[in-house]
Amino acid sequence: MAVVSTTGSTVMNNVEAVRATLYEAMKNDDRTVILGEDVGARGNVFLITKDFIGEFGERRVIDTPIAEASIVGIAVGMAMEGLRPIAEIQFADFIYPSFNQIVGEAAKIRYRSNGEYTCPLVIRTPYGGGVRGALSHSVSIEALFYHVPGLKIVAPAFPADVKGLLNASIDDPDPVLFLEHKKTYRLIKGEVPNGHYTIPLGKANVLKEGSQLTVVSYGLYVHWALEAARSLQDDGVSVEVIDLRSIRPMDKTAILNSVEKTHKLLIVHEDNKFGGIGAEISAMVAEEALFNLDAPIRRLCGPDVPAMGYALPLEEEFMSSPAEMADAMREMVKF
Amino acid sequence: MASTDIARGSLERHGLSDEQLRAIFRNMLLQRQLDNRGFQLNRQGKVPFALGSEGHEALQAGAAMAFDRGKDVLAPYYRDLGLCLGIGLTPYEILLSIFARAADHNGGRQFPNHYSSKAAGLMSFSSILAAHLPHAVGAAYAMKYRGETGRAVLATCGDGTTSEGEWHESMNFAAVHKLPFVMLVENNEWAISTPLAKQMAQPEIWKRAAGYGIPGSRFNGFDPIQTYAAVKEAMDRARSGGGPALIEGTCYRYLAHSTDDNDMTYRTREEVTQRRSQDPVPAFEAVLLEHGIMDAAGIEAMRKDTLRETNEATDAAEAMPYPQPAELYTHVYEGAWQPWQS
Repeated sequence: MAVVSTTGSTVMNNVEAVRATLYEAMKNDDRTVILGEDVGARGNVFLITKDFIGEFGERRVIDTPIAEASIVGIAVGMAMEGLRPIAEIQFADFIYPSFNQIVGEAAKIRYRSNGEYTCPLVIRTPYGGGVRGALSHSVSIEALFYHVPGLKIVAPAFPADVKGLLNASIDDPDPVLFLEHKKTYRLIKGEVPNGHYTIPLGKANVLKEGSQLTVVSYGLYVHWALEAARSLQDDGVSVEVIDLRSIRPMDKTAILNSVEKTHKLLIVHEDNKFGGIGAEISAMVAEEALFNLDAPIRRLCGPDVPAMGYALPLEEEFMSSPAEMADAMREMVKF
Repeated sequence: MASTDIARGSLERHGLSDEQLRAIFRNMLLQRQLDNRGFQLNRQGKVPFALGSEGHEALQAGAAMAFDRGKDVLAPYYRDLGLCLGIGLTPYEILLSIFARAADHNGGRQFPNHYSSKAAGLMSFSSILAAHLPHAVGAAYAMKYRGETGRAVLATCGDGTTSEGEWHESMNFAAVHKLPFVMLVENNEWAISTPLAKQMAQPEIWKRAAGYGIPGSRFNGFDPIQTYAAVKEAMDRARSGGGPALIEGTCYRYLAHSTDDNDMTYRTREEVTQRRSQDPVPAFEAVLLEHGIMDAAGIEAMRKDTLRETNEATDAAEAMPYPQPAELYTHVYEGAWQPWQS
């Protein structure tokens, strides 16, 4: 963590960490503008930009029409013309209309113009379930964008990482998709260093050291995996937990170093399994560290259904729990 | 509808000098030569693809004359050869794109006709229609945000693109924020094979301006002077804080969509021949002759000169190297970069 000018720290939840970081970015650089649905007078549906419009004005805090493709597209044009836009998609589920602007345009501006044009753009969006969000307020979208060269994708779990990674994303010269897990917004609190600092994209964090199993996760499930791993400690089960923090680029070194030590790998994510982030991690480890493995790689992921239903049993069935994660960990250690 | 009846009698020139009128005509002749060259090179097997703008010459040469170089931004689409020439791209740059050479602005990455040049104020665009319009609106927002009066974004598209959702989203946002943005629709009546009647129930696109609460107008895109006047009026208003406009120029697409298209599968030879009789290039030539702005010898010399320039540009561009295979891997992100951080 590159701490530049820190004097102490402040306890925040993830909403407050996003808000404080955006506020700092708006203060520090008048090229920065925020645009999205209800980010102005309403201050965002989670109140992340509450009162920003009063302080920074409606030219910099732009309540857009309900039109996701052009929220991103207009931000792309602003970025090409010298601003540093931060676009918000109100819920990740609503990002689909802007798919082309992200994949076909933002990710390709630098490449297709041979470096003449660039697209320094942050797209923030709340994602994930466990909040009774039903089919259109609970999806995970990372795998849809993970495949796309030209994009970077960040999915922090802790408030301190939210701040450092959001600062790094805002500074980044290329488009970054910044994913904020809704369930962690107010659930997760932590110390956030004061002052400006960045955390480089593509650096994982080993949250808990262990010797018998490597667990790789990101977002909400990092917290549950950590809870599960700690619950096994008294039984003498030693699990290492890695929070990826960035999904693209991804920290290969952290994963391989851990697998070399534990010889077993469990990947845990909320997004569905088929073609998910875990598939790529599995393939990478199989290609590069197969003979370090003492057990088949396992993925504990969301089921391959379109989304979690609104009814509580349907949501609970979709989501993994710390207990399920602990069971999977125990089984793998026994293997 | 487009008409050949261009300004008989005393010429209404909307402030255009003789020199500017000749420059417009030269641009039109150059477009013909370069369009023709792209198709020739394709038929010779030298390039895999070409796409022409024949029928759009007057519209584009006239519109480009209203573009303020060094200040305005152009967000064009792929049938805008004349506009790109008119804002400063050279035939050599066009041929580099056709030949996909390393020295091309895009490094030989993009299809021909997908020009971009930051120096010329020409925004990079893809083949995905209307996707460039939010970019144009975002650029216009940046201009207004920085308080840069005297600048505006000229965005173009064909009639087909006006069916896209992002076309509407862009018009709407530009109108809400009164941005320095001019939407110029080049209505050539065909979206590859789909005629206007299958694209929209109400065929006068400019009338949609009323729905956005902004000025709209329609002009004969076969007449470069009328085009210039309409584009200049809209751009001047946009540059001085008067907000966006939707302007529609009528024209016709004489060629197939591209070298890979056979337009005789969806329209008749008779239709194309009939519209050829209104060809804007000889029509404007007649105007220049009639008003003594050029004589026959001058026109012949200009024609030869544009052919010479096209030939020289062809030879020079063809002689340039392709990008090296290693260029495939550059400019994905800033700096060298892999999805796996190690």
